[in-house]
Amino acid sequence: MAELIAKSPCEGLLPLDLGQVQAREVVGQPMALVAPFKGAAGPLGAALMAAHGLSWPDPGKVVQGQGCQLQWFGHSHAMLVGCPPSDSLRTHAAISDQSDAWAVVALEGPDAAAVLARLTPLDLRDSQFGPGDTARTELFHMSAAITRSGAQSYQIMVFRSMAGTLVHDLKTAMQAVAARS
Amino acid sequence: MGHALALERPAPDAGAQVWDDYVHNRENPAGETRDLWYHGLGCGAWLVVHRNTVTHEIYGAALARDVKGAGQ
Repeated sequence: MAELIAKSPCEGLLPLDLGQVQAREVVGQPMALVAPFKGAAGPLGAALMAAHGLSWPDPGKVVQGQGCQLQWFGHSHAMLVGCPPSDSLRTHAAISDQSDAWAVVALEGPDAAAVLARLTPLDLRDSQFGPGDTARTELFHMSAAITRSGAQSYQIMVFRSMAGTLVHDLKTAMQAVAARS
Repeated sequence: MGHALALERPAPDAGAQVWDDYVHNRENPAGETRDLWYHGLGCGAWLVVHRNTVTHEIYGAALARDVKGAGQ
């Protein structure tokens, strides 16, 4: 039998510490995409609350639950992060495990917003994108999900296959911001 | 009218002519039309956009899911 070696998407690429920004990989989180069946939003909401203490997120929002969170992930989609999905959800929604499918990077530091501003058209001002806000958007032409995880911290998700490009683009932007300060 | 007709899929046994029309043939009006737009690099929704190809006026947009369900 083949001896397979598990590697995280950004293994050997991160962490990076440049200027006033740090980028590190976030690994080991269970992630499952939840897509409600037609007309099942009501019962799904009840099942989510009973099983995980979560309500369905409004567009562009992340909802915190018991040891997990539900991140809006597009029209009629949300990503359950941090715990395996309860079987009770499966009668109301299509659930797909995507734990290995995404490269997840935490970007932190006083200049994190300045670095992101070089990579995405997203309006990053506090009034438009505060802690708990999330967006499906582009990051240097890649489809990405960007979440404001704190006052000076962001979480970036891109397809796992794009991990090398993401780190390269982040590094270039971090170097450029560091050079100006 | 327009590409939004793709939402009205013929029956499997509708015949070659009907399916040929469905797959390949579209009116290309100078004026009002309905398109299917995909919100790529965004929320991923399919929209039916009602617009005018001459004046570029947008009359409205609706989720394709709702438009398809409404006719049934």
